[in-house]
Amino acid sequence: MTTATVAQTTAALQMTDVRKVYRMGDTDVVALDSASLTVERDEIVALVGPSGSGKTTLCSIAGGILSATRGSVAVGGADITSYDARRLTEFRRESVGFVFQTVNLVPFLTARENLLVIDEMSTRRRGEARKRADQLLGELGLSDRSGNLPGQLSGGQRQRVAIGRALMNNPTLVLFDEPTSALDSKLGEQVMELIRSEMKARGTAAIIVTHDQRMAAYADRMVHIIDGLLEA
Amino acid sequence: MRLALLELRRRPGRFSIASVILTLVALLLLFLGGLLDGLIDRSISAVTAQPGQLITYSSTSEYSFVRSRITPDQRSIVAATSGVTSVGGIGVAQLGARLPGNGPRDLVDVALFGYELAPRGVPATPADGEGYADVTLRDQGITDGMTILLGPARSPVKVIGFVSGTSYNGQGVLWASPATWRAVQGANRPDQAIADGVFQSLVVVTSGQPSKVAEAIDAATGEATATLTTQAAADKQPGIEQQRSVFNQIIGVTVAIAIVVIALFFALLTIERAGLYGMLKAIGARTRSLFAGLVIQAVVVTLVGSLVATILALALAAAIPAGSIPFTLSTARIVTSIGFLLLASVIGCAFSLRRIVRIDPAASIGSSS
Repeated sequence: MTTATVAQTTAALQMTDVRKVYRMGDTDVVALDSASLTVERDEIVALVGPSGSGKTTLCSIAGGILSATRGSVAVGGADITSYDARRLTEFRRESVGFVFQTVNLVPFLTARENLLVIDEMSTRRRGEARKRADQLLGELGLSDRSGNLPGQLSGGQRQRVAIGRALMNNPTLVLFDEPTSALDSKLGEQVMELIRSEMKARGTAAIIVTHDQRMAAYADRMVHIIDGLLEA
Repeated sequence: MRLALLELRRRPGRFSIASVILTLVALLLLFLGGLLDGLIDRSISAVTAQPGQLITYSSTSEYSFVRSRITPDQRSIVAATSGVTSVGGIGVAQLGARLPGNGPRDLVDVALFGYELAPRGVPATPADGEGYADVTLRDQGITDGMTILLGPARSPVKVIGFVSGTSYNGQGVLWASPATWRAVQGANRPDQAIADGVFQSLVVVTSGQPSKVAEAIDAATGEATATLTTQAAADKQPGIEQQRSVFNQIIGVTVAIAIVVIALFFALLTIERAGLYGMLKAIGARTRSLFAGLVIQAVVVTLVGSLVATILALALAAAIPAGSIPFTLSTARIVTSIGFLLLASVIGCAFSLRRIVRIDPAASIGSSS
């Protein structure tokens, strides 16, 4: 095995020549073309681009929500390109963390229960999961809010709960979709600081989708995407 | 599953409209079922209370007690048929009864049964001129020890006790000896007088397989008789089949309404939850888990509605004055109705399955709405 191969297999994300085409009626729309991206194990990459540039598609393919039309995708060394829907669901549950822009938390569950949602959906390791949820809530400064419903939390606290949930399965890669878009700039910066410190502390890779150049400053690297094409 | 139950517990208001509607549907279902059972009970409980497994009519009677006649010779043949343990004669006369103190036109409808083998809950044949009355007759003013006058001939029969659960054709039964029945029949319906030893039908107790013994009886009498199981004989009574058919159709429509209510409610709930389901799918929830949660919620809402409806129906049953509305709420009817509604809840939810399958987890990413 060559050094290059080892580097490829140990990267948190290795996308090679990925193309995604959507069928819209009689026409094909290329959302992503010849996209190659490597994210190292503890690297934070900011994916910046205008609306409709292909950020969402790239993120969805990296997280196993969508399958590529062409090319290969490996997460933590596992090639997910040929996974069927069932295996992709399992992969998302066990290997990736997601922090979404809007609908992030289950509104009728407490902060702690939201972290345990992943455990509810898989083979339950109740005791272990509870311990991890409490630990994460403590690290995120939410111990005293663990019994609160999302409606009783501030925007920043809700994002922190979402980050905690994304880290519950000890993921190889966490995908953040505009994590600060609903927050004011001061709170946004705090959340980005938190994301950076949490990711770095765990050595977890992250892709942060954002259109805010200031937020991109918290990443190790910025990658631009325009019209489905990546520009390093 | 736990998520679904937690939502029910923490957001009960969200399910209140569906719960109230399903409670009303369940109450309607129980009420209809109770009415059907009550009506059937009042029509044939005197027949189903017979101690034998079979009832033998004359073949030309079309299973009508009034038209049927079994001669002593035929009875002997039936009694001698293999598999027959014992045979008892039975006959009925439906008449108006005059009660002491009531006006001459203030009649109480009575079905006078003459019997040899004691039906379930009825004592052995009383002395001639006496009878055991069904409790529904007590509600109409008949008391223990009262002598009532039957038919235009005003044939006296003394009531010496009460039994319950024996009605025929909507009338309370007065259980008497064959001789009393024959005498009352002869006095009041001279054109239909019945000779000594002749009965309208026979109640047959058998140790064999009822259907086989029935065939053997009819073969032994040279097809002069037509023998049915007791339940089949009860079902052949006038109007029973029609009552069942009409009520079962109404019950079927009610269950269909329950399916529509559940389908619409949970379809709306699924549309409302599309974003949440998309997010849960994105983080690894299986479609089947989400659908199972929906079914559990539908089943719990239906169960709660059914239990409230059962309590209301039982209260209603207790509040209905005896002898007024024929309403019998049996455990079997409650269990069956709840079973139908639970089935309706699962079928209703199935309409949302396609919608859940089609929710795209990709919509969770890049969505600001």
